Amino acid sequence: MRLEVEITGKTFKSVAGGTHEVLAPVKFALQSGEVGVLIGPSGCGKSTMLRIILGLDRDFAGRIARPPEARIGMVFQEPRLLPWRSVEQNVRLAAPDITDAKLSELFRILELEAHRSHFPGELSLGLARRVALARAFAVEPDLLVLDEPLASLDDALAGRLRDEIATLVASRPIMTLLVTHSLDDAIRLGDRLFVLSARPARIVQEVPIAVPRAARTEAELGRIRAELAAVQLESK
Amino acid sequence: MLRLLSFALFLAIWWIAALFVGGAKLPSPPAVLNVIVAEASSGALFLHLGATLARVILAFVLAMSLGSAIGYLMGRVKLADRLGDPWLILLLNLPALVVIVLAYIWAGLTEAAAIAAIAINKLPTAIVTLREGTRALDRSLDEMAAVFAMPRWRAFRHVVLPQLAPYIAASARSGLSLVWKIVLVAELLGRPNGVGFEIGVAFQLFDTPRLLAYSLTFAAVVLVIETVLVQPFEARATRWRPRAA
Repeated sequence: MRLEVEITGKTFKSVAGGTHEVLAPVKFALQSGEVGVLIGPSGCGKSTMLRIILGLDRDFAGRIARPPEARIGMVFQEPRLLPWRSVEQNVRLAAPDITDAKLSELFRILELEAHRSHFPGELSLGLARRVALARAFAVEPDLLVLDEPLASLDDALAGRLRDEIATLVASRPIMTLLVTHSLDDAIRLGDRLFVLSARPARIVQEVPIAVPRAARTEAELGRIRAELAAVQLESK
Repeated sequence: MLRLLSFALFLAIWWIAALFVGGAKLPSPPAVLNVIVAEASSGALFLHLGATLARVILAFVLAMSLGSAIGYLMGRVKLADRLGDPWLILLLNLPALVVIVLAYIWAGLTEAAAIAAIAINKLPTAIVTLREGTRALDRSLDEMAAVFAMPRWRAFRHVVLPQLAPYIAASARSGLSLVWKIVLVAELLGRPNGVGFEIGVAFQLFDTPRLLAYSLTFAAVVLVIETVLVQPFEARATRWRPRAA
């Protein structure tokens, strides 16, 4: 399975009447088993790009090729849970075919067992984020899209959730697209980084990371970080 | 307990006022109770209450289901909103009496005419409320349902309907009170039974105890339906909301 993105442009009309270019031409592809990371400054058009890739926004120039049968699991920037359904119902509604065993396993990994029957309004943001992750994984997606899944969490929790994402991604051959502005998340999770410019976004550089995720030591991460810093300096 | 106290206070004020005004204009509570008991034992009370209740239920269900569907459509589809809006404004501002009289002229003094007239009076407010509810739907949850490829019905039932529930409850509540009011007018003008008909008869005979007997039992029925049906539905529809401390 393969995702091909070829956007030639996206503009949007503001209320004041002006036209703004949100995306410059952007082209990249993602294979099964790969984690692609879109990394760029806030407001550069990453979320717009995601909406186009997910088929939520059809008003753009270019084309997106993803297998029509591909199941999508998505973690939005805000958890976007149904406040009137319990945690378990939220997950089951997105993934009605999930077996009890698989659901229990997922809740165990994400430490949500105690919260199954809680309503989202009773959860902290960190917990709600985990429920959103559980929901995305429960559908056993072919394409997993994570939009800033760790934003506004404290470092310790973000770190743990990042490890959990890594575990889950490794457990199945899926295409994963992660959007982040955190360099740390990008180099710890990604196989291929797409460094985006400020708005209108274009890909400044594509950086493959050859070292497998599990083998990335702190020294290795430092090296990649330095490499990226050089890239970003060049692009300025 | 507090409710009982406020009810007792109401009775006391009524009784005292009756003593001052005199039995012909304002009969005392026992006098009215006597009429209620007499009407109940002859069966007439239940016949008329039943007839009114049946009309209320039919008109209410008709107006709510039709109004909700139209309101949802107008909230979702811009074209429907543009086309329907002038009609809506017209219906909203049309006096109930005009609708009832016209219905009786056009369709005769029939049951169908009465129920249709009552339903038409309730319809526009249901549409307006549900249109507002639909406009306020959270698009981000729609997107979530779309991304997770939820089938239409499941998305409607679990994503859309719970968001509309408070609007449906509000519309049901205001609608029920509107229907209670209008049904009596419709009965007074063109039906041979029902609480409205009885009140018309009492008016012609200046029979105040009878008038109060029917109005008060009717009010009691309204109160019971509000507490037993409408309020629990509202509570259920909003049970996921964190309670105010």
